Amino acid sequence: MQSLQKITSKFIPLRIENVDTDQIIPARFLKATTKDGFGKNLFRDWRYENDDETKPKADFVLNQKQYNGEILVAAKNFGCGSSREHAAWSIQDYGFKVVVSSFFADIFKNNALNNGVLPVTVSDAFLQQIFAQGADDTLSVDLAAQTITIDATGAQEKFEINSYKKTCMLNGYDDIDYLLNMKPEIEAYEKANQ
Amino acid sequence: MGKTLFEKIWDKHVVKQIEDGPSVVYIDKHFIHEVTSPQAFSGIEKRGAQLFRPKQIVATADHNVPTMHQELPIKDALSKFQVDTLIDNCKKHGVELYGLGHKYQGIVHVIGPELGITQPGMTIVCGDSHTSTHGAFGSIAFGIGTSEVEMVFASQCIMQTKPKVMRINIDGALKNGVVSKDIILYIIAQISASGATGYFVEYAGSAIRALSMEARMTICNMSIEMGARGGMIAPDQTTFDYMKGRLFAPQGTDWDKKVAAWSQLYTDADAKFDVEINIKAEDIDPMITYGTNPGMGLSVRGILPTIESFNDATEKQNYEKALKYMGLTAGQSLLGMPVQNVFIGSCTNSRIEDFRLVASIIKGKQKDPNIKTLIVPGSQEVAKQIKAEGLDKIFADAGVEIRQAGCSACLGMNEDKIPAGEYCISTSNRNFEGRQGAGARTLLASPLTAAAALLTGKITDIRDIL
Repeated sequence: MQSLQKITSKFIPLRIENVDTDQIIPARFLKATTKDGFGKNLFRDWRYENDDETKPKADFVLNQKQYNGEILVAAKNFGCGSSREHAAWSIQDYGFKVVVSSFFADIFKNNALNNGVLPVTVSDAFLQQIFAQGADDTLSVDLAAQTITIDATGAQEKFEINSYKKTCMLNGYDDIDYLLNMKPEIEAYEKANQ
Repeated sequence: MGKTLFEKIWDKHVVKQIEDGPSVVYIDKHFIHEVTSPQAFSGIEKRGAQLFRPKQIVATADHNVPTMHQELPIKDALSKFQVDTLIDNCKKHGVELYGLGHKYQGIVHVIGPELGITQPGMTIVCGDSHTSTHGAFGSIAFGIGTSEVEMVFASQCIMQTKPKVMRINIDGALKNGVVSKDIILYIIAQISASGATGYFVEYAGSAIRALSMEARMTICNMSIEMGARGGMIAPDQTTFDYMKGRLFAPQGTDWDKKVAAWSQLYTDADAKFDVEINIKAEDIDPMITYGTNPGMGLSVRGILPTIESFNDATEKQNYEKALKYMGLTAGQSLLGMPVQNVFIGSCTNSRIEDFRLVASIIKGKQKDPNIKTLIVPGSQEVAKQIKAEGLDKIFADAGVEIRQAGCSACLGMNEDKIPAGEYCISTSNRNFEGRQGAGARTLLASPLTAAAALLTGKITDIRDIL
């Protein structure tokens, strides 16, 4: 897994609530057997007219040239619905390292963390402040300090992450290595609970 | 202080609590299917690791499978490759597979319970958000991502932060024409598509106790649609009667011992929930959704909210976006609106009782000539039972074809899709944009409401037919 410490970047504002994982990556793209190349189909049906890459929808934020960067900012309840990790893979493959929202769906949050994409939960008020910024403004996210800052105004908020996951993200460790090292404890548990 | 049902099972399965981190939770049963497992198998192989407990895994192919001519090779090359990859992976790693052509094949959340694999007190996971279905037996069952599938492959454990607990009590008697699908659509409409995020939900109360196991599964199935980590119902005599004699259920003296243990699985009288919600069963009407998330639902006789009823600018904008996608107008009624498609199936409503309900409505009648149908049993076993009870003749006489087992038009991944711009009354679980095919307009409802539309070609209050 990729590690993540600090990032300062422009952001893409997605002012839509309840973004479900079917929108992030439609089911017809789930037929892959690898994790590669999902970014080009991220938000596919919101991005293109009639599934045609030559016809980008002008009103969708990913198609608006002034908006770019490694941070996606979305309205509340981001990532609801299907458990498909393909949603996290497509967000990562598109180039996002951080997703900011006032509320994340549980499974998406875990999937993002397991792929080195940091979900940052902010207050509704702070989210509105971010949405009020211009296309050239930047956000800074510092994982060690657990802060997110609107650089233009200096407004800052702390975000929550448990210290285990934080260590994993800072160092690029993954849970499976941890669990593989726990085999004796797991076997002892099995024996005791037979 | 006493414990909740959830806490009793959770505490027994915690192998280790990581300080200021997640719990390492032991998983009793792991279901897999073709869509969310291939990258987990290749991940394990890349690490040079083995599957830790392959005998605790059961696999099936459901999302990609065609629901006609299953004896022929799958036409779509990518779908075929994914299903073939599952076959190869299961063979290589010693995992039991009920694949296409197997007599036990079907939707993973239909076959687990019907084969007696799903049992009270278990921890159950699957790379599929509707794994919450299995909670109907008093188990902790929840959907996971593919990295987590790989975790369970590697260690039979998963890292999870302990969720908060919510109890939803539904007491009283349901009105005529109201079934379990209406209960869950009503709950989600009340608390919204994110109202239970961060919680594990226990459904309780006299209206829940009165439900059959299959009806309970429908409720637990849609827990994720309000954001819940999972949903569960304490096991009782209804649970044990359903399970007894099923293929993988305990037998003989082992059965009696298990029933005694399972009978301890209930929330203690003095246990505390973080949130408790009370609902009167008689307040629930036949329900239907009008929007693009399952929280946007109302009584089939209801009126869509006005634009002015939303104070928040983003919420207003989202409502307008949903109306535009659905081709509906604020303030309108849905009753009498023509629909073009009816889908009866999915892990929510594709069990034998669902088909019995529909058959009871359409018996001796003809389907509306303009309605296109996708009527899809959840498993080969359900399909067999439909024939055994002669329900297939009732459907055939009504001019309706019954297809073969699979996820079908629930998710636009196989051949069964709803054309763009058309309406579909669907017994499935999600009305997201494009869920049933690009541009498809989904109206979620119960099998009874779907059966009514099958006959009338319109959104109909089933109580006008009964």
